[in-house]
Amino acid sequence: MYREYRTIEEVAGPLMLVRDVDDVKYDELGEIIMPTGEVRRCRVLEVNGSDVLVQLFESSAGLNLEYSKVRFTGHGVQLPVSREMLGRVFNGMGEPIDGGAKLIPEAVRDINGTPINPASRKYPSEFIETGVSTIDGLNTLVRGQKLPIFSGSGLPHANLAAQIARQAKVRGTDEKFAVVFAAIGITFEEADFFISDFKKTGAIDRTVLFINLASDAAIERISTPRMALTAAEYLAFDCNMHVLVIMTDITNYAEALREVSAARKEVPGRRGYPGYLYTDLATMYERAGRREGSDGSITMIPILTMPEDDKTHPIPDLTGYITEGQIILSREIYRKGYLPPVDVLPSLSRLKDKGIGAGRTREDHSGTMNQLFAAYARGKEAKELMVVLGESALTPIERLYAKFSDEFEARYVNQGFYEDRTIEQTLDLGWELLHILPKSEMKRIKPAILDKYW
Amino acid sequence: MTEGRIVKVSGPLVIAEGMREANMFDVVRVGEANLIGEIIEMHGDRASIQVYEETAGLGRGDRVVSTGAPLSVELGPGLMENIYDGIQRPLVAIKNAVGPNITRGVDLPALDREKKWYFEATAKRGDRVVGGDVYGVVKENEVVRHKIMAPPGTDGTIEELLSGYYTVTDPIGKLSRPDGTVENIIMMQKWPVRVARPYKEKLPPNEPLITGQRNVDSMFPVAKGGTACIPGPFGSGKTVVQHQLAKWSDADFVIYIGCGERGNEMTDVLLEFPEIADPKTGSSLIKRTVLIANTSDMPVAAREASVYTGITIAEYLRDMGCSVAVIADSTSRWAEALREMSGRLEEMPGEEGYPAYLTSRLAQFYERAGMVRCCGSDERIGALTAIGAVSPPGGDISEPVSQATLRIVKVFWGLDSSLAYKRHFPAINWLNSYSLYKDRLAPWYEKNVASDWMAQITEAMRILSAEAELDEIVKLVGIDALSASDRLTLEVAQSIREDFLQQDAMSPDDSYCPPEKQHDLLTLILYFRDAASRAIGTGADIEKISELPVRERIGRAKSAPVAEYKREFAEIRAEIDAELSSLGGNR
Repeated sequence: MYREYRTIEEVAGPLMLVRDVDDVKYDELGEIIMPTGEVRRCRVLEVNGSDVLVQLFESSAGLNLEYSKVRFTGHGVQLPVSREMLGRVFNGMGEPIDGGAKLIPEAVRDINGTPINPASRKYPSEFIETGVSTIDGLNTLVRGQKLPIFSGSGLPHANLAAQIARQAKVRGTDEKFAVVFAAIGITFEEADFFISDFKKTGAIDRTVLFINLASDAAIERISTPRMALTAAEYLAFDCNMHVLVIMTDITNYAEALREVSAARKEVPGRRGYPGYLYTDLATMYERAGRREGSDGSITMIPILTMPEDDKTHPIPDLTGYITEGQIILSREIYRKGYLPPVDVLPSLSRLKDKGIGAGRTREDHSGTMNQLFAAYARGKEAKELMVVLGESALTPIERLYAKFSDEFEARYVNQGFYEDRTIEQTLDLGWELLHILPKSEMKRIKPAILDKYW
Repeated sequence: MTEGRIVKVSGPLVIAEGMREANMFDVVRVGEANLIGEIIEMHGDRASIQVYEETAGLGRGDRVVSTGAPLSVELGPGLMENIYDGIQRPLVAIKNAVGPNITRGVDLPALDREKKWYFEATAKRGDRVVGGDVYGVVKENEVVRHKIMAPPGTDGTIEELLSGYYTVTDPIGKLSRPDGTVENIIMMQKWPVRVARPYKEKLPPNEPLITGQRNVDSMFPVAKGGTACIPGPFGSGKTVVQHQLAKWSDADFVIYIGCGERGNEMTDVLLEFPEIADPKTGSSLIKRTVLIANTSDMPVAAREASVYTGITIAEYLRDMGCSVAVIADSTSRWAEALREMSGRLEEMPGEEGYPAYLTSRLAQFYERAGMVRCCGSDERIGALTAIGAVSPPGGDISEPVSQATLRIVKVFWGLDSSLAYKRHFPAINWLNSYSLYKDRLAPWYEKNVASDWMAQITEAMRILSAEAELDEIVKLVGIDALSASDRLTLEVAQSIREDFLQQDAMSPDDSYCPPEKQHDLLTLILYFRDAASRAIGTGADIEKISELPVRERIGRAKSAPVAEYKREFAEIRAEIDAELSSLGGNR
């Protein structure tokens, strides 16, 4: 039996100080026994002599310094994992909340995981067809990639994420993705949208849900994504499954982290977020990937809302430095009524080059992709100029580019959330749009490819 | 050996008491798992220790043992083709020992103790040796002849030295000291990472590091022994530029430090480099490369050490009289590690929470670069070039790490996200980037490549800055307001941007562009400018000139294979003449 301490000295915000404890380890999981008998969980943040600073995972309401007791469990925060998790719903701390039977664990894992040795990673290169032109054609997703969606409040990122979860497949195989979904501090309605979409398509049977709603304790959010990733790692690397992890919304996670940091009176970095936000986010995002000794993979789509649509805000900024690209949603495109409203130019997939081309998608993929990017950028510039000076100020070729950019948005970007385009359809559509321009402008496409497809 | 007990654990910082006899910067072993740490502060008998591994599970009363030695790297045959973590633990050996994830407390030597190398003695019995003198060589692989040198501070006479197969710790001979003591000679050296290795004197750099990148060699060259930085927001192609430099630099050795960056990027290097042939030796690039990988999910304290580990290995290779390039991606992550430790030590923060000593630490790092006369009697010259990526938050280089770096380095390759959005790669902004080596290196280029090298580059830069000015006018009043010669300037500037500055890292014929081809390509574009300018003088229409079919061919000129480009360029010239004369004019 563990020793119980009745020496809680202070409770302030999410932090609690316990005095005169012995043999407590850094990062150990603790349990607080409330006067009512209720048990709440906490984690050791600092050991200082015989004092221990712990962080609560739940609210401190009802905590009583005199009568509450604390005991330490001798291990870190863990998650029991099992194949049976598929189809189940858990709360942010990994406890089943769907009323189903208790899980019989096949293993118990520490939720912090351990870093993957870079020498044992397998480089992601298998093309995932999402059926979305702006992703497949221009910002190709591959197995084991982490590709976040940068959104703003009021933009339909949830629809896009659900569309990817619904349509994603690797061609030539009938392997299906298992989906691990982590709701981090989102509203009931948003979570419900995902759940009912998964139910409608039958995907729910191969989905594990971790739900921390906006009404749940904010500090619980710090564990939720790690719970989800621990489940995903088990399914991917122990059960050899291909797992798609969707986490929404990372902004809420970072805010919970800031709350704890502020309570500890740490020296803040930018905008009050802790200086270690980069490292902290990296220890989550870097758990995506493929590794030797297993056929499975973790592909990660974190979603975050950029405060004020500002890409330089610390959360999107640090995320962009860790993830392998980003899909950015644009309010301007959304206003035009084009769905999904992907802002093509600043979006990027860093791993696309190894996933496209002959044998993977089609030989003309890389050339047309660069040409579409360059032409769209030039078209947008021409349109800006047109706003200032009027159409007559444009040269004839610039007018064609302007037309191209309009058509590109209306047909290539705009496809709706329920159209599933094959990669060939996407590439052919690209060629069709490029025909708006003269052939001599196709400088990014190799002559042999150009002659074959033009 | 000092042994103390833990009193405090806070993230990677551990405080232990009973450590009065330990030295500052000693390496210590912490807890039952024998985690590796380093003493960074002493207060009475309390030592503050930064631990290079995850500290979960440590608690009060756990044992801390000082090893009595500072954090050091092992130097000797076996470095090449290896991948290490931030404190030089061999990642491949770790993978073989514990599986695909890195567990704690793994203790494996950096250099393989089992492998035997053939040591060929070049010194002989009776030779007097001082630090830096060469005992012999080990052929480490097809490309690398690893010089076995006497460690700095050596002074003695060789009593015995025998060629043969040895491990790095086997005695290969005997050395008698002036005081009469005799000691064994072994191939491996150890050197503390936080101390620069000695050299005889520093020399001003005067030779360019040829990288095969037109933006670098032609526009903003870096000298062998120089320093450069690449700041840029995410998505602007920093890593691709760094990889290109690591691939194609004409250095004898490349040390690539992945410091707090993505795991998959290191995997990419590991998988790709063995496949690429070095243009200089024809052998695979990995043969001359050492990788240091401390990815962003690995412990933060080891990230702080990783740049020192990398540059110490580089100094050792430099001491062989070689040219070494150190590429660190990214120094911002290193600075953040510094900030995190500083915060935990409760130091008074400077700007944006970074410690006040950020600038001096950065300067110390870059100052370890340079062209030097190495230790040893044979006066060999070595060069260490340091190139650091900087990841400024939001791409705004007014932040402390960028500013501190800019004060030190001589070359600035500023990456621009708006260029990246247009898929103009490498997205190096030609207007705000600079190289302070340009004048110093001009004589080399003029002697070894072409006598009009500098003149031509200056002209190209002039056209590009004229374009920036003209663009302002166009935005206000439209393109029709410009004279024909100004419109030609815009057309030529576009050609320089698209046909010269843009370089496709993925294209086999364009990824590496030798200096001579760089020069000839620019000559070709300027030839078009001169010819078109004459045609305008005789009344040719600028609209028609801008639509000439030959311009598309100029656009493809850069991807002509190195062996055939001269013929192709000559043909293009002929076509320029033919098409322009067919335009006629009013004469």
